[in-house]
Amino acid sequence: MNELRIAIDPVACKAYGYCAELLPEAISLDEWGYPIIDGHPVPAELLTLAKRAARDCPMRAITVRRKSGR
Amino acid sequence: MPSADLAPPVGKVHRLLGHPGNLTEHLDAHGPLNVAVSRNSTWQQGLVTSLEASGLTGRGGGSFPTSIKLELALAAGSRGTIVVNAMEGEPASEKDKLLLCRVPHLVLDGAQYLAALCRADRIVVCIPIGHDAVATAVRHAVAERSDHRHAPLAEEIVRPPDRFIAGEESALVNWIDTGRSLPVFRPDKGTPLRIGRRPALVHNTETLAHLALIARDGPGPFRNRGMTGEPGTSLITVSGDVAHPGVVEVDRGTPLWDIAKLSHPVEPVQALLVGGYGGAWVGPEHFATPYATSPLRRIGAAAGVGVIVVLGASSCGLTESARIARYLADQSARQCGPCMYGLPAVADDLAQLARGQGDGDSMARLHRRLGQMMGRGACRHPDGAVGLVRSALAVFATDIAGHSQGRTCPFWRSPTSLRFPRAVEV
Repeated sequence: MNELRIAIDPVACKAYGYCAELLPEAISLDEWGYPIIDGHPVPAELLTLAKRAARDCPMRAITVRRKSGR
Repeated sequence: MPSADLAPPVGKVHRLLGHPGNLTEHLDAHGPLNVAVSRNSTWQQGLVTSLEASGLTGRGGGSFPTSIKLELALAAGSRGTIVVNAMEGEPASEKDKLLLCRVPHLVLDGAQYLAALCRADRIVVCIPIGHDAVATAVRHAVAERSDHRHAPLAEEIVRPPDRFIAGEESALVNWIDTGRSLPVFRPDKGTPLRIGRRPALVHNTETLAHLALIARDGPGPFRNRGMTGEPGTSLITVSGDVAHPGVVEVDRGTPLWDIAKLSHPVEPVQALLVGGYGGAWVGPEHFATPYATSPLRRIGAAAGVGVIVVLGASSCGLTESARIARYLADQSARQCGPCMYGLPAVADDLAQLARGQGDGDSMARLHRRLGQMMGRGACRHPDGAVGLVRSALAVFATDIAGHSQGRTCPFWRSPTSLRFPRAVEV
């Protein structure tokens, strides 16, 4: 479907944690500070914040994209 | 390391390993490599149809349908590389080494058929550093083929590092492409891997051996073996508490216990490790489960790489699992946080339980960590470890009760029944 989802590049991610601060509704951190995505489509009201999280990630590890792959 | 002293195959099925020998003997047994007409699209279409009809699935661990992988490869374009994956980083697996030592021509023929089909212009055989007997056997076979002008495309041998993770397909292609033996994050696993701008198609040695037979004989003989839904045979390495460890060829769908029995367990068996160190423990109530994708999935296991480890009654399943968890943690590529930090933490938790130093808190903590790790690495290395540990907590649940307040079972200090490249401390 055309739902947008948050995806993290786990190799790029260095646990800055800004994403979870910006978007606690969808992103939590594990005990080492690495993000855990809730896996749901991004609701319309959070889309701006999700895109900002992607833009502000120092490692550019976040994308907001349509779900694909197997 | 193994290789030179590989035991001959056990059991009665010998589709793949039945005709070892030099090129002449290979050709006598199987007939010529008929890819001369490879630029002919009728020939190509015929082989695609045969592969599809055969129901062959990848034998490197993923059990992914070979015909779907082929479709993706055909769409990725021509002039690519066929990568023969003989990395076999799984410590309990011997089948790829055995195949290449006994029937190298069958594996190499499979690569030639695939190359002709995909119009690839390069074949690379990946044999890790240290697996010298395998490399010698393949080098000899390649020379024979070249002398007899048997192979349309030259077969290159390359020697990547000998690490568990080095054979993961994106890591292997990355190493060929850039020299870095590290998995690559691919948001879409359907995207073809590339060396430079050209596509790379990675196949396990056993898959290629099956492919070489299907290309010659059609799908019939392959489909006549195994189950209707999952045809063919599989090579399985059986080890652990058995009198005759080794590689067996069995029909897909053979009950787990029938496979284990071929190697003669030496004592009552408490569990089988199925699918390798990233696989799952299976308890006696499921020993009749057919070795095939969906029946194994139903009991929370997977076919994985063709490995069965027999765990006898005088072993400690918790301690053995802690050793595997530690080994897998040590083998992390240390690229992704959840794997780099999560795996050692899980290994510590499990070791604590095995030593009898666990409590309610450590159990809850272990479950929380396991629940958070799935699917968060660039590759599936952490997922395999999580599956293994979860199965250990289920299958050895009664042992966990016996390992607490400083008490352990009598066997926790016993030497390991498992194979590791070097000693693993827990």
